[in-house]
Amino acid sequence: MRDLKAVGKKFVHVMYPKKSSALLRDWDLWGPLVLCVSLALMLQGGSADSKDDGGPQFAEVFVIIWFGAVVITLNSKLLGGTISFFQSLCVLGYCVLPLTVAMLVCRLVLLAGSGTVSFIIRLIVVVAMFGWSTLASTAFLADSQPPNRKALVVYPIFLFYFVISWMILTFTPQ
Amino acid sequence: MAAVDDLKFQEFDDAANLLAANPDATTISIDEPAEIPRNQHGRLQEPGREEDDELLGTDDSDKTELLAGQKKSAPFWTFDYYQTFFDVDTYQVLDRIKGSVFPVPGKNFVRLYIRSNPDLYGPFWICATLVFTIAVSGNLSNFFIHLGKPTYHYVPEFRKVSIAATTIYAYAWLVPLALWGFLMWRNSKVMNIVSYSFLEIVCVYGYSLFIYIPTAILWIIPQKVVRWVLMMFSLGLSGSVLVMTFWPAVRDDNRRIALATVGTIVVLHALLAVGCLAYFFDAPELDFPAPIIPAHNVSTVITKSR
Repeated sequence: MRDLKAVGKKFVHVMYPKKSSALLRDWDLWGPLVLCVSLALMLQGGSADSKDDGGPQFAEVFVIIWFGAVVITLNSKLLGGTISFFQSLCVLGYCVLPLTVAMLVCRLVLLAGSGTVSFIIRLIVVVAMFGWSTLASTAFLADSQPPNRKALVVYPIFLFYFVISWMILTFTPQ
Repeated sequence: MAAVDDLKFQEFDDAANLLAANPDATTISIDEPAEIPRNQHGRLQEPGREEDDELLGTDDSDKTELLAGQKKSAPFWTFDYYQTFFDVDTYQVLDRIKGSVFPVPGKNFVRLYIRSNPDLYGPFWICATLVFTIAVSGNLSNFFIHLGKPTYHYVPEFRKVSIAATTIYAYAWLVPLALWGFLMWRNSKVMNIVSYSFLEIVCVYGYSLFIYIPTAILWIIPQKVVRWVLMMFSLGLSGSVLVMTFWPAVRDDNRRIALATVGTIVVLHALLAVGCLAYFFDAPELDFPAPIIPAHNVSTVITKSR
């Protein structure tokens, strides 16, 4: 119960990113795991025409999120960042929350139809959530970087969330 | 003590005469260790030989070895060893990218921008960006090309991302490895004056791929002529960066081997560009008429039926 409350508190922190150190001090990876699994599950069932050209498989989404988070953490540590390895993974994983919400919204919109209007709605929602994710993670991570290398650390985070947003936006049901 | 003083004064006198005769000479005194004159030598020599320095880098390779010895002193299983490859600031990365996009004729990219501080940040993240740019742009371009057709069902083509990643990372790491091995082998035979470390070659290749990122985005335009013009342009720019970097390293070799090496570098670079264009971007079909033409046909049909 205590762990659940901690996870819930972190979710709230991500939705309203203030520069608090609670997220950074007590890291846990439950939240990122739950988010990653639900995102990967929601990305299934799309246009897999039994050809290989469909969307990402479950394992691919998993690998991209975790491997991407590890690479970004390594990158920020190699550039001289002072944040610890698991703290950075925790922050990057939790900041996938807005994009998971976007995926949920996209699936609901696609139930209603898949024409141009639904595409525009999905585009707006995904772009907004992508911006929110990137800003939230940057707000948490930016302070631990040396000042003249901030852009070098923020760019891979931008790329990471861009790839996830692309996967969400291009999801087309059968 | 007096004898030592006499000795010192005499040496100073000699040194003064020698300096008057040859201003660039080293001065050696008895109680100084042997390394310092070498440093003084390097520093005295540098302003005069800067033009040669940039292309040939004779002195620079001495300094490079010294600096390399000082920098990478941590054993390779520690984290600090790898941290030395990421010792760049934002403005340095931006400068290197600028240098790869606007090659100045006659200036060597490695000497001018890298200056014995090769980084792995640029090559790694430029390759990652390129992989995703090519995959996303290819997907978008195919979507727009096939947009009108009733039988077309959009697929995200996610498998192509892994293929793009394998190709681009293999190119950016295996070709420099092969080139470095080849240059080392020729160096042992011919005693070239310029030699690059493996990381510097990886650095040049990584940064030279940057121009393909905006090119890939512009390849969304479904016109064959535009795509080929863009390809020639970017191939010219990045190819010239590579050629200007590696020509000083091979020009003292046998003429045919030098030309063959530089030719191979350019051909491999061209193959990468052509291969990416052919595989990830469907050809804009010529038999399916563009939206303007059906209206034209309809109007001619109407005029004919009158």
